[in-house]
Amino acid sequence: MKVTITVNGTTHESEIEPRTLLVQYVRETLGLTGTNIGCDTSSCGACSLHVDGESVKSCTMLAAQADGCQVTTIEGLAKDGVMHPMQQAFMDNHGLQCGFCTPGMVMASISLLKENPNPTEEEVRIGLEGNLCRCTGYHNIVQSVLAAAQAK
Amino acid sequence: MIPAPFDYKRASSAAEAIALVSEYGEDAKFLAGGHSLLPLMKLRLAQPAVLIDIARITDLSYITDAGAYIAIGAMTRHMDVEKSPIVLQHAPLLANAASHVGDPQVRHRGTIGGSIAHSDSASDLPATALALGATYIAQGPNGTREIASVDFHKGFLESELSPDEMLTEIRIPKMNGATWGFQKFNRRAQDWAIVGVAAWKRGTESGVALVNMGSVPILATSVSQAIASGASIAEAAQLAAAEAEPQSDSNASAEYREHLARVLVRRALESVQN
Repeated sequence: MKVTITVNGTTHESEIEPRTLLVQYVRETLGLTGTNIGCDTSSCGACSLHVDGESVKSCTMLAAQADGCQVTTIEGLAKDGVMHPMQQAFMDNHGLQCGFCTPGMVMASISLLKENPNPTEEEVRIGLEGNLCRCTGYHNIVQSVLAAAQAK
Repeated sequence: MIPAPFDYKRASSAAEAIALVSEYGEDAKFLAGGHSLLPLMKLRLAQPAVLIDIARITDLSYITDAGAYIAIGAMTRHMDVEKSPIVLQHAPLLANAASHVGDPQVRHRGTIGGSIAHSDSASDLPATALALGATYIAQGPNGTREIASVDFHKGFLESELSPDEMLTEIRIPKMNGATWGFQKFNRRAQDWAIVGVAAWKRGTESGVALVNMGSVPILATSVSQAIASGASIAEAAQLAAAEAEPQSDSNASAEYREHLARVLVRRALESVQN
């Protein structure tokens, strides 16, 4: 089937199998491997990206369901070599250890602040319940999101 | 993990979806948010030959105040139910339960109709709608019909819907003036409930339903009858598992689930939220 999906501002017309997952589409069809596959069962959040500005788990969505939509991946955040404020906050606050969960954490965090611009620490922790950090580095991740909210 | 091959069709109206399902028969499945069906397909536990995507039927995404009840279109997402001023005002128990489904990413995609039609007794919303005395509207080739939530769930992942019928609307009676509580006991933040309870109380009237305490969502009628007869909440909660048939699994034995049901029903009914 043919889909038309705009990813990071570029519109792609692609011929895909209907069973193609959105995460496969961005990683394998488009070569955007910043979005990771972790658990592959919609538990860990490593594959989080934005569809029409909202966080979704791209391992549990068909590319066909994103037909006609605007998709943003971690590669689409920096503008002209300047990192997105959330990326900068993760860097400044050491919000990552091994880095595997980081793209998903950053995408989920941006979506979280869009819906709740000034969250409490507890709201950040609950808002990121769908993202697992295998290094258990949650403390600095939460501090990063709070710092990004402050920086706005 | 990749699903087995299938054909993908997208419906733009309920009538078109029903025409498509009539054409493809039992080989076809409706795809709403996909957060129950796609995991089953990835594990190859489900291998439908045709998926009929109904998530873009915008006519079925709405929340309206219909007087005695709230009408919610089946394709309304959990996040929209959770944040709806109408639901927060007139059925706060439902808004709260919706906020406990999965995690934000799941709630951006999953729909109330998809969750209820999937008829999983471990899901939060079927039991919550049951506690609130919801009515469901189903549309099929011969028109629409009403199904009471108490008659809807027939067995594990089985509902009253026939294969060519589609759930289109959920009607939730207003619960103004009631206190309510939603209790979910699980091991990890985003997990399914090991046991969950949705409950409301207004004087001697109440509605109590249990998540994951049998093959279908369980209406704890003995608890409500006891409250109606003047029993205290603590006394009534002792009857929480009377209608339940819980399973033992790696998370909890049946006996422990019954214990949890009694504790969580008491906590939910003692809650002073309104």
